[in-house]
Amino acid sequence: MNSEKEPQQALATIRDLMDRGSRFVSLSGWSGVAAGVCALAAAGWASHILQIHAVRSQSFLALPAGFPGTGQEAVGRKLMALALGTFALAFLAALFFTWLRSRKTGLPLWGFVARRVLVHVAVPMLAGGFVIWRLADFGLYGLAVPACLIFYGLGLINASKFTLPEVRYLGYLQLLLGIICLWVTGYGLYFWAAGFGVLHILYGLVMWYRHERKEKGAAR
Amino acid sequence: MKNPIAGLNKFFDNRIRLGVMSLLLVNETLSFKDLKGALEVTDGNLATHLTGLEEKGFIQVHKGFIGRKTNTTYAITPGGAQAFKDHIKALEGIINGIK
Repeated sequence: MNSEKEPQQALATIRDLMDRGSRFVSLSGWSGVAAGVCALAAAGWASHILQIHAVRSQSFLALPAGFPGTGQEAVGRKLMALALGTFALAFLAALFFTWLRSRKTGLPLWGFVARRVLVHVAVPMLAGGFVIWRLADFGLYGLAVPACLIFYGLGLINASKFTLPEVRYLGYLQLLLGIICLWVTGYGLYFWAAGFGVLHILYGLVMWYRHERKEKGAAR
Repeated sequence: MKNPIAGLNKFFDNRIRLGVMSLLLVNETLSFKDLKGALEVTDGNLATHLTGLEEKGFIQVHKGFIGRKTNTTYAITPGGAQAFKDHIKALEGIINGIK
């Protein structure tokens, strides 16, 4: 072809292919914001559930746990269902905004790079899911919140080498929050809101500012 | 003086061959489907160039199965990686020469 006359163009092609052949770059900042909003809404709802059952959040999540046997398992089940539902909703919302972005960048959403990212997030999170399942079985809801944050953080760190580098910092922050929360389980709901809510929203805004703001005018 | 385009490998002039080598340099192995999706080319076109690269010894083909479906994966050979890196270096050399 004509790359001999246009080495610059050939190099640009190589760099572009190497970049999107090794990293998933369509991740949208709005995905983070949407996931964060879901998490904040869920934290509010969880606090409402605790209120109508006249359970103080701090004693419910505090350790050592006051059950099984105190009739609070029903509350626990409700909260776990809420957490699962929130995760599903946040995931779908994140997927939607990333899909929008991938249409704009013209990159395939479901390529081998996306698959790699998903597998690397999923492995630590699935392991975490089993841990939390058993913690809940023993009524240790106070430990379930930090476990969510810790395993999610590990998933992000694990996948970060295949996507935008900012994901790693989000992972470290989630991990840190989770570890602190292990010692103050009574305040789990605030940690949940801070980690899954505030951090996601902040991260999303930063991502949008750094990667998408400029695209607005130059959208292909 | 050395000819500035002497280092260029004619074989990598083609966009598809260039693309395959770029992708395989950053991925250990990729399947036919992966390459096809990333480069947006037709089956026949890609297959021809892959055969060419294989004959040159630049890539390695591994024929496997997932269940009953064939799953052919491709990997870059050390020789292929070296040849491609030399090509990139030559391209860079030309650009720097222009500046």
